[in-house]
Amino acid sequence: MAMLSFERKYRVRGGTLIGGDLFDFWIGAFYVGFFGVTAAFFALLGTALLVYGAALGPTWNLWQISVAPPDLSYGLGLAPLADGGLWQLVTICAIGAFVSWAMREVEICRKLGMGFHVPVAFGSAILAYVTLQVIRPVLLGAWGHAFPYGIYSHLDWVSNVAYQYLHFHYNPAHMIAVTFFFTTVLALALHGSLVLSALNPPKGEVVKGAEHENTFFRDNIGYSIGTLGIHRFGLLLSINAGVWSAICIVISGPFWTRSWTDWWGWWLNLPIWT
Amino acid sequence: MNMSNRIKLAAILGVVLLAGCGERPPITTVQLGFRGTGMEQNYNPRLQEKVAAANQVGAVQPAADPSGPLAKDIYQNVEVLSDLSVGEFVRVMTSMTEWVAPAEQKDCTYCHNIEDMADGSKYTYKVARRMLQMTRDINSNWKSHVQETGVTCHTCHRGQPVPSYVWFQDPGSGRENAFVGTRAGQNSAVTGLGITTIGHSSLPYDPYTPFLLGSLPIRVEGETALPTGNRSSIQQAEWTYSLMVHMSNSLGVNCTYCHNTRAWASWEESRPQRATAWYGIRMARQVNNDYMVPLTDVFPAKRLGPTGDVAKVNCQTCHQGVYKPYYGASMAKDYPELQRARPLPEAAVEALPADPADPAAGASAPAEAPAAVAAPVAEAPVRGPAPEGQARSG
Ligand code: HEC
Ligand code: HEC
Ligand code: HEC
Ligand code: HEC
Repeated sequence: MAMLSFERKYRVRGGTLIGGDLFDFWIGAFYVGFFGVTAAFFALLGTALLVYGAALGPTWNLWQISVAPPDLSYGLGLAPLADGGLWQLVTICAIGAFVSWAMREVEICRKLGMGFHVPVAFGSAILAYVTLQVIRPVLLGAWGHAFPYGIYSHLDWVSNVAYQYLHFHYNPAHMIAVTFFFTTVLALALHGSLVLSALNPPKGEVVKGAEHENTFFRDNIGYSIGTLGIHRFGLLLSINAGVWSAICIVISGPFWTRSWTDWWGWWLNLPIWT
Repeated sequence: MNMSNRIKLAAILGVVLLAGCGERPPITTVQLGFRGTGMEQNYNPRLQEKVAAANQVGAVQPAADPSGPLAKDIYQNVEVLSDLSVGEFVRVMTSMTEWVAPAEQKDCTYCHNIEDMADGSKYTYKVARRMLQMTRDINSNWKSHVQETGVTCHTCHRGQPVPSYVWFQDPGSGRENAFVGTRAGQNSAVTGLGITTIGHSSLPYDPYTPFLLGSLPIRVEGETALPTGNRSSIQQAEWTYSLMVHMSNSLGVNCTYCHNTRAWASWEESRPQRATAWYGIRMARQVNNDYMVPLTDVFPAKRLGPTGDVAKVNCQTCHQGVYKPYYGASMAKDYPELQRARPLPEAAVEALPADPADPAAGASAPAEAPAAVAAPVAEAPVRGPAPEGQARSG
């Protein structure tokens, strides 16, 4: 693997959270660290368990393999391996791997004396996952409420869970989450295209910088958020997408059991028109 | 704003959001499919208490002696209950009074001229006679839906003359053809009849007219992965969706009670309850067309809807928010009188009104009915251009 000549000086020792100097080294371009080892351990073990689950199951069709959570009757207890126990182990591995990865990012930030924005952002994705697989099942009282590990099967689960509330598009937090997802994409597209347009002028023109970028949006919509601002804004949008996803699913069931369309009764009962 | 204030604000917003939902754990859940498929029912036990209280079976009169002289031989004007002994006949009269007559008039005079019991001039008498035929028709010819559980007058009436859940056609709010265009019977949480029964959604608000009165096609999905001639529109799918929301709310269940939602159309992946529902749709349709609509002129104007139509039944009329009326408890089993256990004597059949919907004619079994309850695959889905009736405006 090619290593840039100036890269070596960024390899700062120390800053680890656990284990001191143990594992404080690099393999190729990758920083290892204690959490790199645990991430690899959980990821490999989890994958192996999924393959074992597939071997127990009826198919090797990649689309149809599924490792499902236990029956609701097991509640929050442990289930036999073939009846959902594997799913429980895989979930532990997944959380172990995700959290290790975030911690490894924290360690790298500490080495470099940077803020923790990247691990915090990744944390919102972990939050959404943990909400789906742990928090909501615990609130509802059984692991069986979590989604199965399978390409088609998890989509089928999403469909059925949505129709448990008759019309999920009326879930207010889902509306907000979807809006944040789309707005994230919009902001990224605008930002990416703006930077590329400044850096790729027509033949004969000089490369442009931030002033041109700002001017473009001032001319266009009367306001430019600025070079730093766009990144704050992007981070705000994307973290909200993850957090509101978590909210929209955790309220479905534990805090609302009926059709989401019925939630909007308050709107009709506003004192303005009643 | 400093960090701790921000956290406080977030916490307050979070609590407001959860309080806005108005429900909380613990929640009772029921698994309906293979683990991990997400086929489940969610019940809030605190809300269920109210539903349960409202769905208790009514009083059952002590059983009557089926032997002895027949009512028709003693009384003058007995057309429907002609196979009952006098004891059974009077038992039915007493029960009907209990189940249907209004609180302020819980006696025989609600239907009868007390001077002459054979006088059938009160409209309530005429309606009640037809209701008796209807109830017997449902219990004997629609076992595909009501099984042995059956129904009595109480199933719909619950002690009052007008059942709590009936439907009328919507007069429209008068804004259908306004400047912004037609609403096509949707996009309105409040209609001329009040808040819609299908939740506060933008879906078409009267799925009953096309599907529980008319028989427009409900099935909209194509049968092949690629479009090969399925002409159903998204608009039609919304009408189907609206009916399905009504059915779900009426039964207090969600879509996964009947469907595995990855394949709406597939009977193999559906639960057997979907087949029961299939018959329920046909039953409600028949009840409306053969019993309710022909009674329109019998009812006084105050009982008719804003467009002059008679009150009609839908799934909610019997189910009242529960998967089986009274959670499956059967009142009808204690009322063999309403089951027509014995065949009608010849003379009585002749005396019945010459109505094509006459229950004695056995008109209820739909020709296109699925062969077996468990797998109604035999039904060929009706396909065709978008039915015009569905683009009604209110
Ligand atoms: C909900 C309406 C309704 C109520 C309330 C009602 N009846 Fe009737 N009654 C009928 C109908 C309908 C018939 C005709 C039944 C038939 O054709 O088989 C009838 C017929 C009768 C007859 C036969 C009369 C004849 O000579 O043909 C008697 C007797 C009778 N009812 C007694 C009573 C008594 C007693 C009560 C009060 C406890 C009562 N009914 C309450 C609807 C009612
Ligand atoms: C499937 C539901 C259902 C069943 C079962 C049923 N009814 Fe009804 N009944 C209705 C509906 C709907 C109406 C129309 C309500 C209205 O606008 O008056 C009605 C109206 C009536 C009325 C007129 C009430 C009034 O004051 O206008 C009488 C009387 C009546 N039913 C008697 C009976 C009797 C007696 C039985 C049992 C033999 C019975 N019904 C069974 C649904 C039902
Ligand atoms: C009580 C059982 C039941 C429930 C609950 C139910 N359905 Fe249905 N669904 C049926 C039946 C029965 C049919 C077929 C109707 C017919 O062919 O007459 C059907 C048909 C459909 C179809 C058309 C399938 C096709 O072949 O094109 C769709 C789409 C559908 N349902 C969606 C839903 C949705 C969405 C919900 C939840 C809001 C729902 N259903 C809830 C029983 C149910
Ligand atoms: C005349 C009254 C009546 C009407 C109207 C009615 N039902 Fe039912 N339904 C019953 C009764 C009674 C049962 C209980 C049968 C049994 O014990 O299995 C039942 C059972 C069911 C079941 C089976 C539930 C289960 O868990 O097995 C479904 C599904 C159902 N109804 C759907 C519908 C739908 C959908 C409609 C409207 C299109 C409807 N019903 C209209 C009386 C009615």
